Amino acid sequence: MPDNELALKRIAELARLDLTDEELATFESQLTPILKHIDTLSAIDVDGVEPTAHPTPVYDVMRADTTRPGLSTAAVLQNAPESAQDQIRVPKVVDAS
Amino acid sequence: MTTLSQARAALQSGETDSPSLVADLVARMEAKNESIGALLSFNTEQALADAANADLSKPLGGIPIVLKDNINALGQPCTCGSRFLESGYTAPYDATVTRKLREAGAILLGRANMDEFAMGSATENSALGKTVNPHDPSRIPGGSSGGSAAVVASEMALASLGSDTGGSIRQPAAFCGIVGMKPSYGRVSRYGLVAFASSLDQIGPLTHTVEDAATLLQIISGHDPLDSTSLDEPVPDFSESLGKSVKGLRIGLPKQYFAEGLDPEIEKLVRAAAARLEEQGAELVDIDLPLTDAAVATYYILAPAEASSNLSRFDGIRYGRRSENATDIIDTYRKSREEGFGPEVKRRILLGTYVLSSGYYDAYYTRAQKVRTLIQQEFASAFAQVDAILTPTTPSPPRKIGVADEDPLQDYLADVYTISANLAGLPAISLPCGEMDSGDGTRLPVGVQIMAPHLRDDLVLQIASAIEQS
Repeated sequence: MPDNELALKRIAELARLDLTDEELATFESQLTPILKHIDTLSAIDVDGVEPTAHPTPVYDVMRADTTRPGLSTAAVLQNAPESAQDQIRVPKVVDAS
Repeated sequence: MTTLSQARAALQSGETDSPSLVADLVARMEAKNESIGALLSFNTEQALADAANADLSKPLGGIPIVLKDNINALGQPCTCGSRFLESGYTAPYDATVTRKLREAGAILLGRANMDEFAMGSATENSALGKTVNPHDPSRIPGGSSGGSAAVVASEMALASLGSDTGGSIRQPAAFCGIVGMKPSYGRVSRYGLVAFASSLDQIGPLTHTVEDAATLLQIISGHDPLDSTSLDEPVPDFSESLGKSVKGLRIGLPKQYFAEGLDPEIEKLVRAAAARLEEQGAELVDIDLPLTDAAVATYYILAPAEASSNLSRFDGIRYGRRSENATDIIDTYRKSREEGFGPEVKRRILLGTYVLSSGYYDAYYTRAQKVRTLIQQEFASAFAQVDAILTPTTPSPPRKIGVADEDPLQDYLADVYTISANLAGLPAISLPCGEMDSGDGTRLPVGVQIMAPHLRDDLVLQIASAIEQS
């Protein structure tokens, strides 16, 4: 893992987690031994081995290009934290300037 | 003990009716759930209404089932044990397994507690409540499907569904003294299961008996166009596996699963279960799976990596929690996630983000994917020598509640016997093989695990049934 607090802060930023300083310190101390453990994989010879993303041989599944019912607007908006005019309302994304 | 098959027989003979069955379970829940904490919510009113209209001609007609709280059922909560989804989310659709249960006539009774987003092996990571082991309330029920296991073990439900990413059905089943099965990867549709690690997740049954596991597996199995990883393979009649002779089967006992770290009481009971198969004509064979220890490290790279990606959907925009303290869009993501996720979920997201980040991707993620290939090859070689593999489900009995908080790695390492089946996509079951003394006056159940080649769920059930009946 990140060998200093700054690196963990950067990972947290990439993960969009607004961690407190206390959390950063705790996670740092807990993740260090976990990373040390997963580092044991470096002792295994993987030369020429293909990576596996998936346990079963299923690739490029196609389906017929036909319409089927989806969720209604009302069903989607029922869970939206905020909505207006049949749409999900979100904080401003683009600055006016 | 009331099993699915007993309940079905009682309904068919008219000895009871569905509303009485539901009312009886509701009364047990009202009496016991406060102390056990297995259920996060009940569906009493709807369940009673559905029971009144039960169609007994269907395979599960009038029979109540409990779902783990990460399986969507239209109109019900689906909290995943998280503050993020505690409010602001009601399932707008049925998972495929939910639809299949409804079509089979089952009644959805309640929602089982779980480790937040299925991350954990004690159900202590649920943000919404504590679940205890019905055999000893000072101990964990296991996890992440701890609620699904405890609800069956405490007889508040006949059977439940859970999900298993690294042992999350089998380990709590072992700790609670019931049967829990992770089907072959691709056997059961994951559509509508809130994703943790998509290449490892599989939904499966938790039941009192192997027969009940076969019944539920039959109903939830099959190809689903809505899950592109579900396999278009014929589903055998699993009831034919029950009671079938194991004579001549070769059962492998991997030496790495009977090594240092295994509790001697557990070893004794698991070897006794193996001996019962031998008495029935099976041949026991010592085998070698040298990558067993590497499986834990591989899993704790791949599962968090997939989780960090899957959980990016929880951003406070479309459903669930949205922080009220945010200043702009990015801050909305950061604060909603910070406020909504508990410590284990954050830990795994950080770990997953790290192993996928630029500069570390090949060293961790790609390497782990390659070791996963080697683990699959190792099982393929083992299955050239033996028909199935028998192991303990866990190296130790359920620990006391609250002792692992500061050292998550210890819980991770205890997953060593269950993780490989997920990495290799194998079917695996845990069933009770006896009880051991806890050392403080209680008796604790012990589980034995059977694994078989991919899509040989039938063989897993056959061997489990032979152990159960002996």
